[in-house]
Amino acid sequence: MAANRRQDSQFKVDATGLHYRRLNQLLRQAVADGAERIELQNVYGQRYIGTDLDREVEIEIQGTPGNDLGSFMNGPRITVYGNAQDGCGNTMNDGQIIIHGHAGDILGFSARGGKIFVRGDVGYRAGIHMKEYQDKKPVLVIGGTAQDFLGEYMAGGMLILLGLNLREGEYHRASFIGTGMHGGVIYLRGSVDQFQLGREVGVAEIDEVDCSNLDRLVGEFASYFSYNAAEILKGRFIKLLPLWLRPYGNLYVY
Amino acid sequence: MKTYLPPKFIVDRNPSRCIQCQVCVNQCSFDVHYYDADDDEVRSHEENCVGCHRCVIFCPTQALTIERNPLDYRENYNWRPEIIEDILRQAETGGVIITGMGDDKRQRIYWDHLVLNASQVTNPSIDPLREPMELRTYLGSKPERVEIEPDSLELKTYLAPQVELDVPVMFAAMSYGAVSLNVHESLARAATESGTLWNTGEGGLHPKLYKYGHNTIVQVASGRFGVHPQYLDVARVIEIKIGQGAKPGIGGHLPGEKVSAEVSLTRMIPQGTDALSPAPHHDIYSIEDLAQLIYALKEATNYQKPVAVKIAAVHNSAAIASGMVRAGADIIVLDGLRGSTGAAPKIIRDNVGIPIELALASVDERLRQEGIRNRASLIVSGGIRNSGDVVKAIALGADAIYIATAALIALGCTVCQQCHTGKCAWGICTQDPKLAKRVNPDIGSRRLTNLLRGWSLEIKDMLGGMGINALESLRGNRLHLRGVGLTDTELEILGVKMAGS
Ligand code: SF4
Ligand code: SF4
Repeated sequence: MAANRRQDSQFKVDATGLHYRRLNQLLRQAVADGAERIELQNVYGQRYIGTDLDREVEIEIQGTPGNDLGSFMNGPRITVYGNAQDGCGNTMNDGQIIIHGHAGDILGFSARGGKIFVRGDVGYRAGIHMKEYQDKKPVLVIGGTAQDFLGEYMAGGMLILLGLNLREGEYHRASFIGTGMHGGVIYLRGSVDQFQLGREVGVAEIDEVDCSNLDRLVGEFASYFSYNAAEILKGRFIKLLPLWLRPYGNLYVY
Repeated sequence: MKTYLPPKFIVDRNPSRCIQCQVCVNQCSFDVHYYDADDDEVRSHEENCVGCHRCVIFCPTQALTIERNPLDYRENYNWRPEIIEDILRQAETGGVIITGMGDDKRQRIYWDHLVLNASQVTNPSIDPLREPMELRTYLGSKPERVEIEPDSLELKTYLAPQVELDVPVMFAAMSYGAVSLNVHESLARAATESGTLWNTGEGGLHPKLYKYGHNTIVQVASGRFGVHPQYLDVARVIEIKIGQGAKPGIGGHLPGEKVSAEVSLTRMIPQGTDALSPAPHHDIYSIEDLAQLIYALKEATNYQKPVAVKIAAVHNSAAIASGMVRAGADIIVLDGLRGSTGAAPKIIRDNVGIPIELALASVDERLRQEGIRNRASLIVSGGIRNSGDVVKAIALGADAIYIATAALIALGCTVCQQCHTGKCAWGICTQDPKLAKRVNPDIGSRRLTNLLRGWSLEIKDMLGGMGINALESLRGNRLHLRGVGLTDTELEILGVKMAGS
C-alpha cells in the first residue's frame, strides 16, 4: 500500500489495517518526496506518528492515533480529529500537536519545545518534566480539566489549564498539581483548593507579562477550536510558580 | 556547631626535603596545604584531606606522605570508625550522606573465587604472538537461524543492526556534568582508536564530540536531558537507562552549581538549574511500556541502531531481563552492586543490589532456558578490575564488558570517593575549568588506549592458554571456570564446578 499523491505535495494515506511500522515508513517516504500536507485516514491506534520526520509538514489525522504520538518530534504540525492516547508529545523538540478530543496520560512528557493544544480533558501527569532551553519553551494548553500530578517535576515551559467544561462552581479534580516543580509556570483557570497543590508550588496573581502570554496562547487555542478567546479570558486565572528553584537542595551532606 | 569528626588523614611533610615550592598548595583542591606568609612556611589543614594523593605525586622532592589517621578507638567489630563517623556527620547536618564511586564494603567478590582453565598435554595451547587470535565481538540481536540464497549466496535472513567491537571492553556511562568534557573527549577518542564504544551517560553529548558518533552509545534516561533528534542520529547505539548499580531504584540529581554554561548546552537546560532525574521513567511502568519506548527510539532512528536497556542487578534480574528481551531490547546491560557513580546516597550504594557475577550467571542461564539468549547481547559492568575479570565474565556468559572506574583510574583517579564534591584534584569529576585542564585529552586518550591494548594482549594470552583462538568460543563456556571457596549454592547459581572436580 502506498501513499496516494493528490496534487503537488499533498498526500493521503488510508491507514486501515496498517501496522505502525509500515505507516511511519510511508510518512518518512512522503516527507522525503516533498510532502507539505499529509492526510491520514482511518487511523486506529498506530503509534509514534510524527517521529523521525524532522521538518515542518502538515499532518492531519482522522481517527484515533496510538501512544507516543509525536514522540521526539522535531517540526511537523499534527492535527488530530479524535482523541490522543498516552505519551503524546513525549520528549518533543519542536512542532505542534492540536487535538480536537481528549488526550491520555503524560501528555508532553519531558518536552523541550513545541506546542500542544487539547480541546478536551487530559489524563495523569500532563506536562511532567517539561523543560525549557534557550529559545525553546514548550507550551501545553488544555481546554478541559486534568487528572492528578499535573505539571509534575516541571522544569520549564508553560502549562495552561482552562477548565472550560467545568460547571459553574465546580472545582478541578486534580491533586498534587506541580509536585516537584522547579521551573516554568502553570496558569489555571477555574477553582482549585490549596490542598490540591504540590508542596513545591506557590500561588501568585497574574501580572502584565502573564496577561500577554495568556492573550497570545489562549488566542491561538481559541482559533483552533472556534472558541471566543475574549470570553475565556474573562475567567479568573491564577499562576502557579515553583517556590524554590532547587526543591531538593538541602537534603544531602557531603 | 563544633564538629566531632576527626581528620581522616595525616599529612606528613618531611622538613629536610620540603623546599617550600608550594606545588602542593596549588595542586590540592581541598584546601589542605597553605602558605603561611608570616612564618614563610607551607603548612596543612589536615582535617580537609581526602587522601587523593595528588600532592604526593606532584611534590618535586617527595617530601609528602599521606597516612591514614590511625583513630584507635576502642576496638569494636560492630561500631567501626566509619559507622561512628557517619552518625556524627548526620547528627551535625541532618542529611542523607552522599558519596562517590562504587560500594567499598566487604561483600564477596566472586571473581576472586573463580579460576580459569589452561591446556596441558591433552590439547595444545596456542601462542597468540604467532597465531591469529580473534577478539571480535558483535553486539546486537541475532536471528534464530540464518538462511542463504542458494544461487547468489546472499543472506536471506533479516539481520538486526550489529555493532562490531575489536575488543570486548567498552567505557560505561559517565555523564558530562559528573565528569569533565576533557574526560568525555579522552573516552571518545580512545574508543575510536581502539575499535570499541564509549557511553555519554545521561547528560547529553557535546556537539564537539559528534564526530566520534560512530563509537558512541547515547543514553536516554528518565530526565531525558539532551535527548533530541540529532543526538539520537549521531549515535551508534541508544541505551535506555532504567537503573545503575550504585543506586538501584532511585533517581539522580545534578546540583545547579555543576550546570555550567557548557553543561547547560549539552543537557539542554538553563545554566545553574538543578537537573533532576526522576526515579522511574514516567512512561515506563511495565514491560509493555518499556517495549513502547524501545520502539519509539527505533522508530525515531528508522531501525538503524541497536537499542540497549540498562538495569541495576537486583533480586529478580533474570525475570526482568527475559521481559526486556521480549520487549525488543537488542542489548541488555546489567550493572552490579559495585557499580560506580558520581554521586549517590552511601546507604543505597553499599546496601542495594546484588553482585554482578551472580546476576550475570542467572540472567544468561534464564535466557538460555527460555531459548531467547540469541535475541539480545549481554553486557555487564560494576567493579570489573582487570582482564582476568573480563575473561571470567565472558566465560560466565557476557558478550562484552563495561568499565568506568578502571578507565578513570587510568586517567589518574585514586578512588578517593569525592566525585560528588566536584573538586576532584585529578580533574576528572569536576566542572571547574582550572581543575578540568588537568586531564589533557591527548594524554588521556593515550592512557586509555594503552590500558585497552594491555588488556587485549592479556585476554589473548589467557585464551591461547586455554587452547581457544576466538573469544566467541569462550562465551558462556562455563566449563573453563572452576570455583574456589564457594558453597554448593553459590556454585549452582554460578553454574560452575568446584576446583578439583
Ligand atoms: S592533594 Fe589530596 S592528598 Fe594531598 S593534601 Fe590535598 S586532599 Fe590530601
Ligand atoms: S574521580 Fe576524582 S574525585 Fe572521584 S574518586 Fe577519582 S580522584 Fe577521587
